Amino acid sequence: MTPLLQVESVEKSFFGIPVLKAVSFTIGAGRIVGLVGENGAGKSTLMNLLGGNLHPDGGTMRFNGNSYAPVNPRAARAAGIGFVHQELNLFPNLNIAENLFLTNFPQTGPVIRRGELHKRATALLKTVGIELPSTTPVDRLSNGERQLVEVAHALSFNARLIILDEPTTSLSARETERLFKLVRQLRDDGRSLIYISHALDEVLRLSDDVVVLRDGEVVGQGKATEFDQNKLVSLMVGRELKQLFPKGRSLPLRRALESNEVGAEPRAPLLEVRKVSQPGVVRDVSFSLRRCEVVGLSGLMGAGRTELARILFGLDPHECGTILVSGEPLTGSPRRRIRRGLAMLTENRRDDGLCLEASVADNIALVTLPNYTTSPLRLINFASLRNGLAKIREAVRLQPKLSNEQPVKTLSGGNQQKVVLAKWLLATPQVLILDEPTRGIDVGAKSEIYQLIRDLADRGAGVLVISSELEELTGLCDRILVMNRGRIASEFAPGEFDRERILNAALPT
Amino acid sequence: MNRATSLASRSLHLWATAVLRSEYLVLLLCGVLFTALAPFTPGLATASNFTNLLGNLAPLLVVATGQMLVLIAGGIDLSVTSTIALVSVVGAFVMNGDDGWLKGSAAAAPAAVMVMLGLGALVGLGNGLAVTKLRMPPFIVTLTTMMFLSGLAVWLTKSQPIYHLPAGFTALGSRLWLALPIAAGLTGFAHVLLARSLFGQWLRAVGFNARTARVSGVPEGAVVIGAYIASGLLAAAASVLYTARLETGSPVLGQRILLDVIGATVIGGTSLFGGKGKVLWTFFGVLFLTLLDNALNLLGLSHFTIMMVKGGVIVLAALMDTARNRWLAT
Repeated sequence: MTPLLQVESVEKSFFGIPVLKAVSFTIGAGRIVGLVGENGAGKSTLMNLLGGNLHPDGGTMRFNGNSYAPVNPRAARAAGIGFVHQELNLFPNLNIAENLFLTNFPQTGPVIRRGELHKRATALLKTVGIELPSTTPVDRLSNGERQLVEVAHALSFNARLIILDEPTTSLSARETERLFKLVRQLRDDGRSLIYISHALDEVLRLSDDVVVLRDGEVVGQGKATEFDQNKLVSLMVGRELKQLFPKGRSLPLRRALESNEVGAEPRAPLLEVRKVSQPGVVRDVSFSLRRCEVVGLSGLMGAGRTELARILFGLDPHECGTILVSGEPLTGSPRRRIRRGLAMLTENRRDDGLCLEASVADNIALVTLPNYTTSPLRLINFASLRNGLAKIREAVRLQPKLSNEQPVKTLSGGNQQKVVLAKWLLATPQVLILDEPTRGIDVGAKSEIYQLIRDLADRGAGVLVISSELEELTGLCDRILVMNRGRIASEFAPGEFDRERILNAALPT
Repeated sequence: MNRATSLASRSLHLWATAVLRSEYLVLLLCGVLFTALAPFTPGLATASNFTNLLGNLAPLLVVATGQMLVLIAGGIDLSVTSTIALVSVVGAFVMNGDDGWLKGSAAAAPAAVMVMLGLGALVGLGNGLAVTKLRMPPFIVTLTTMMFLSGLAVWLTKSQPIYHLPAGFTALGSRLWLALPIAAGLTGFAHVLLARSLFGQWLRAVGFNARTARVSGVPEGAVVIGAYIASGLLAAAASVLYTARLETGSPVLGQRILLDVIGATVIGGTSLFGGKGKVLWTFFGVLFLTLLDNALNLLGLSHFTIMMVKGGVIVLAALMDTARNRWLAT
């Protein structure tokens, strides 16, 4: 039996830098193939070649028994390859049916046959398990439902191969299970799927076969049963990654250290939140953060974690309650709060963490720039700024070969996140609020960022980490707070970190 | 054979990339335009024409620099030409020899210049406040400001130009050795501000991503207001140069140059989406348009033909910018 897709020595370079080097692999009909690799390993490039967005410099592809060289995404669709993107490509202002058949409306002359449209859309929605009328506007759907609509879109042109790029990043556990069920069902129908994810446990659980990419080369492929998580990680990073989470100091030791530093009042909280409420967002939130402490904030999507972080940083208002830093009330714009020692790494670095078009240097310097200026015109002292940049780049272990002048949009996710961290660390903050600090970055960069967080706490800062990955919180934090519908529902001390109990606290009752 | 052609095409590609990537591309085009037109454009390459060219260039460069600052912040200022007109007539009200408020006084000219600059800054402040505090789209704000100020200038003067401006004032426009240093000084200052100061960095950051700038503690409202004030101020300074050159306070001054101001800035390479722009680029853009305008005038084309050609050139420049980005991306 010939395989469905055959990729043979495919090569691709950008600006003379090879991104894919003689990549070869095959995908059989009716298989789920997990594609894993660090950021920058070439996964996205490879998928863009398959999807017709990019064209290979060399090598051949065969799909469904024919030579395959799509000139554009439309050709790829016509050949039977569907692409479910990481950033969902739906139009929120249109309804489900319109989104599904946007390029392919059933028409009589110029008039769209609405009845036929909704009949076909309803059939597709049934296949993917959405029980909503096809006239529902997409902006009313949850992320999980949107993902399913994208899959339905691929089915609308009867795709034989469906590529899923990081589909579960913004899904809840239940939505993820639903997606997995659908993926298996599609496989059983004889379709093949490529599943790209950083969540290695999911990949191993779901896939039939696995392909591992590193630096543009296939470094491992085979049946999923031949791999385990450690083997995947060591293939991906090319070395044995002994430990994901830093050992760090033990809690009592850090407490002792802390009491030396703060003197008379060793336990005085650094950040204190008292009964903070904002209707519809958070209710009666009280907690405190001490020096040298990493506190995790867990909860489902929509529980109010990000909203709380934005209130703490002065990006959104709150109706009542007070926030204290070192005993003094914290008020005003983010600018004033930064002066009081706050830092905030936002959930989505593309939206409000980085200036993507601007250079690495301009991004890192953005927060601390006023410190590098001389009056009266506030001209920038570029020499001392360069010194500061060099030091902080080393501290966050930003890849040395990246130039300061390079636009950050050309960096991999991990390096982009390090740029955001560098920006804040240059300001030597006392209270760090990190919202999903490792979202969409690879395992190597993850472990480096965990180490950085630990080091910061050890040097006296207080860190509040918001994360949807429970493992991240249990591995990194000294305490975990669980939010549930705008409230802090419960608190867990290190001895009590129990996946099941934390999850239960987060679930609506 | 095949290899030789591919090698040739590759070196051509490299060369083309280098040219397209160069920030001197527009200057290069100016040179090409000049050498191509000089042989059959009578009087293009003469000393008196160069004087004329520089006289045209100086005030346009000043307005365009202000426009560039607003574009970098992610806005647009359509009100600059009306600001020029209003500032011109108000300045003339202050200092003219017929019924000026300070008629005959030695302080008339300096006081008028101060009033003109202050008024320009005030218009900019109004635009800036409307954009930041009322969160109105810059296009609508400055379009309505343009209409209002333009009407106001005509209403104030009953559409009559004002003559008899003091000689001390008109010297600012008629003497190139005064006008050029003023324009150079203003744009040079803008360059230093943009390239080396905190304000310049903040301006770019706000233009690239206002949300990121806000999270990072940039006072984005103040920065945007600053850009509009600078634009109003520079438009007023340009109005001083134009008014002095024409020796007239005119309510329709600058009416025709809006296309030139925005066109020159965009030809220079300033992005309409914010974040990107340099004074040097704007200088090249202004030079290019001024040269084109000058040559077409010398060729005896009518105003309308010149408008058509300039419109075409600006479209080509925009096209080139897109092509350049696409070329460099692959």
